[in-house]
Formats: sequence, C-alpha cells, structure tokens
Amino acid sequence: MKRYVVLIAALGLVLSACATESGGEAGASCEKEDLTLVQEGTLTIGTDEPSFPPWFDFEGGPSTGTGFESAVAYAVAGELGFTEDEVAWVVVPFTNSFAPGEKDFDFDINQISITDERDQAVDFSDGYYDVNQALLGFTDSDIAGATTIDELKAYRLGAQVGTTSLDFITDAIQPDTEPLVYDTNADAKAAFDAGQLDGLVLDLPTAFFVSAVEIEGSTVIAQFPAAGEPEQFGMLFEEGNPLRDCVNEALANIDVDALQQEWLSEVVDAPVIETG
Amino acid sequence: MTEAEAPQRSPGTSPGRARRLAFHKRQRRRSLTIGAISTIVVFGTLALVVLNSPGWPAVQESFFSWEHFKASFPDILSGFRRNVRIFLIAEVLILIVALVVAVIRSSRSPVLTPLRLAATAYVDLIRGIPTIILLFLLGFGVPALGLQGVPNSQEFWAITTLVISYSAYVAEVYRAGIESVHESQTAAARSLGLSSAQSMRWVVLPQAVRRVIPPLLNDFVALQKDSALLALLGVQEAFRRAQIYVFGTFNFTAYLAAALLFLILTVPLARYTDYLIRRQRERVGGSPL
Repeated sequence: MKRYVVLIAALGLVLSACATESGGEAGASCEKEDLTLVQEGTLTIGTDEPSFPPWFDFEGGPSTGTGFESAVAYAVAGELGFTEDEVAWVVVPFTNSFAPGEKDFDFDINQISITDERDQAVDFSDGYYDVNQALLGFTDSDIAGATTIDELKAYRLGAQVGTTSLDFITDAIQPDTEPLVYDTNADAKAAFDAGQLDGLVLDLPTAFFVSAVEIEGSTVIAQFPAAGEPEQFGMLFEEGNPLRDCVNEALANIDVDALQQEWLSEVVDAPVIETG
Repeated sequence: MTEAEAPQRSPGTSPGRARRLAFHKRQRRRSLTIGAISTIVVFGTLALVVLNSPGWPAVQESFFSWEHFKASFPDILSGFRRNVRIFLIAEVLILIVALVVAVIRSSRSPVLTPLRLAATAYVDLIRGIPTIILLFLLGFGVPALGLQGVPNSQEFWAITTLVISYSAYVAEVYRAGIESVHESQTAAARSLGLSSAQSMRWVVLPQAVRRVIPPLLNDFVALQKDSALLALLGVQEAFRRAQIYVFGTFNFTAYLAAALLFLILTVPLARYTDYLIRRQRERVGGSPL
C-alpha cells in the first residue's frame, strides 16, 4: 500500500514538473495545490501588530489590502492562485519571525531588510522595495539645517532596535554621542516628541507618514540612498522553505512599481544626502 | 525504622547518645546517596531528552553558538557597566528613602499624622503600579512637559523610577523589621529616659535592620535585574546591546551572554543571603538544619 502511495506521489511530481514552464528550476511545481503550506488551501502570511501606514492600515489591520505591503502580499497571493478569502494573516512579532522551530506562517512581510547575516538563519524572497533611510527632526530645530553627514555627528539620534536605521546611525553617521535605541517605533517617537532626541532615523516612507500625520512640527530633513548595493525589504521564509522560489516567480510577474506608485508615491521629494 | 535503631529516650546516658549519633550519621549518608542518585537520574534524563530532541541542532546553533557568544560579549559587557552604575546608585537611595518612609509609618506622634497618611498612600499606590508603566510615565511623560530645570537624562529618570518603585517595597520590609522588635524594648528605653525618637534610633532600628538584611538583599537582587528596564528609555545597557546583536544576526546566543553577566552578580548574592538567614536562625536559637 505504502509503495503505491510513493509511486503515485512520484508520478504526480513528474507530471506537475512537466506542466510548469520553468521545468528546469528546482523541480518543484508552483501550482497552488502542490505548494507546501502551513495550513492546506490557505496562504498564511505573518506581520507584526500594530502595523503602520503606509505599509498597512493601522485601524483595519493587514487583511484590508490597504497599504503597500498588504497590497504586495495580496498581489503575490493572487499570482499564486489564492483568492482573498484564502489568505490568512497571523500576528508575528519580529523576534518570532526568526526564532528557531516550526513557523506558523508561510512567509512574513514586515519591512524586514535583507542582510547576509540574517540570510544565514532564514530565507528571503527577492527584494520588493528599495529602501532609503531618512532623518526626521523638528522644523524649528538646529538639526533641520544639516546638509552633510558630518554635520549630523553632533546630534543625539535614535532609532528602533534591530532596524537597519540603527545600523545606519552607527555605521554611516557615527555620531559623537551613542545613539538611543528603543523597543518600538512608537517608543522612539514618544522620546523624540518628548525632546529626548534631536533626530529620529526611520525608513523613508515611515518618516514621511510620521512627519505628515503623527508628529506636528516635524519634517523629513534628509533621505540617504544606500552606498553601493541598495538596501531592500524582503519577505521572510523559514530556512529552506521551497515556497520561496514560487513567491519569487510571483513577485517577478506582478507590477511592484505600480503598487509603489499607488501607495508610496508621495515619498520622493525629500532632500538627498549622499552617504558614499 | 527498626526497634533497635529508634532514638533512645534517655538523652543523658552515653551509650544511648553514641547509638543515636551513629544512627544520624547513617541516615545522613543514606539521604546524601539518594540525593545524588536522584539528581543524576533527573538531570541526566532531562539532558538526554533535550539533546536527542529533533530540534536540538537548530536550538544549539541559535542559542548556544560559541562564535556568536565571543562576538557579542565585549559590547554587552561594556553595556553592563551602565546596569551596575544604575543599580548601585539606586540601591543607596532606596535604602535611605525607604527607611524614612518606614520610620514615618511606624511613628506614633499625632503631629505626624499628615506625613503618616502620605507615606501610607505612597506605599499603597506605588506597590500597585507596574514599574514598567511608572518608567514610561516618568521617562517619557515628565520630559514632554518641557518644564524648565527638569532633567532630561534617561539615566536620571530610570534611577528615579527604580527608587520610587522599590522604596515602597523596601519600606514595608523595614516596617516588618521595626514591628518585630518587642514593645518591651521601647518601654525599657523610654524608662531609661530616652525620647521616643531616641529609642527608635538607638534601640529599635539597630535590631530591626539586622533582622531584615536577608529580605533587603533579596530586593537588591530583584533591583539588579530590573536595571535592564533602563533600555526602554533608549539607553544601550546589557540587555539592549544583546538585543541589537540578536536582531542583526537572527541568533539568540547574545541573550545568554547578557544573562550570564547578571547571574555572575546575583547568584553569589543569593547564596550569601541564604548563609545570613541560616546564621541568623542559629543565633536566635532555632534548631540547625
């Protein structure tokens, strides 16, 4: 009996391999019914809570399709053959996304930057967004007049823990006083609002949202294109998850630029400070 | 227990005493052996179960990586200095503030009634508020008021929060010590002509404080660990440095390095506390264990 099951499974594999166009790749099929999923028939996507614009809808959560990352996730799901009802969202705090052990999501989408070090513990999809770091400060403060990286060294800067924004402060700006580091962007914003920081480093779209909607009197002082290779956000998979290749295929087929235009278009006109 | 081994009822006679001592010696050796065997069996089984679990190699790599330990340790150690500074300064202030609060609460003078009420309200309120909430309220809330002359330093607010929070607990520890001193002590002091304040200072407090040293040390251990709350205000202390490393590499070993630093301080202190408690019991005249 067991032998027949194996035989049938092998036959199915061969047939499905023939059915896909990219027969040469990895051999696995990206047909919806052949995907290895956490929950059969459902694409389970993780992100943290609360989730903020412009990436997600703060009030309605990720399942509204509102916000850039929510839109990308649904576009990928659609490309893989899932209807909106077949997409389930789970809350995945950042730490849980890379903790060892079985994952309760198929992939996690949560403004996670791809780095080589992280890639050793998990797998990333191709980048779906080239991100610039940005500096938020109060319009009427000294720091608002800064035009070079060197001028920023003298200020008290802060960022959320575990972000490439923090790496950017430490590695690229190298300020005279040690940067302040917060658990969440919400804490960092509170400290900034309370005057404990001269400047807050965030990813550019978040910085624009904070300056426009959340903190009165603040502005995006500068954006910093990454020196060399652009920094990219990627979807996070458990190490070795074959679904990654299928998501990459889907990402290649959807028009990410159009989604970016739709959700992040207003974030282009901040002064640029080169870091290279 | 057989009839022959039963302890003798006549403690004075020396053959009975010798037999009794031999019996106790046997009993002690037996319980030591059983203790050793059961320890080995329990921890050995646990170790076998963990080491043979399917997830062990992954867990070992993400939690017990020597490479990551070495790489993260220096930064964490230099952050740990901040923890030490914070909890040392806070502990000194706590011991003083809490003593004042406890003495006020234990005072009998009718003139001090408003102070006594204030002290009671302080202890009731603060013990009911989680330290972490107090920290956010003081650390982010007060500087946001923008008042002239109010310090804006994170360490200042972290120390202030710890002192306010811990003093409420420690005051109660002191008060328990003060109340444990028998009334006859005060009565004797008063009859010698000491004022109420003098008898508190020279008769009650010296006895009270000595009695509560073990619970005070216990609170000190708790304070050392809570110094990690400093991280919430943005300061890169040991835990935060570890977290930065963990989030950058997706490897959890750095947390272990931070935990180790805390343990190096707290375990000897906990052993010392136990030693003090044992010595105290022996001195008071209870039976040694």
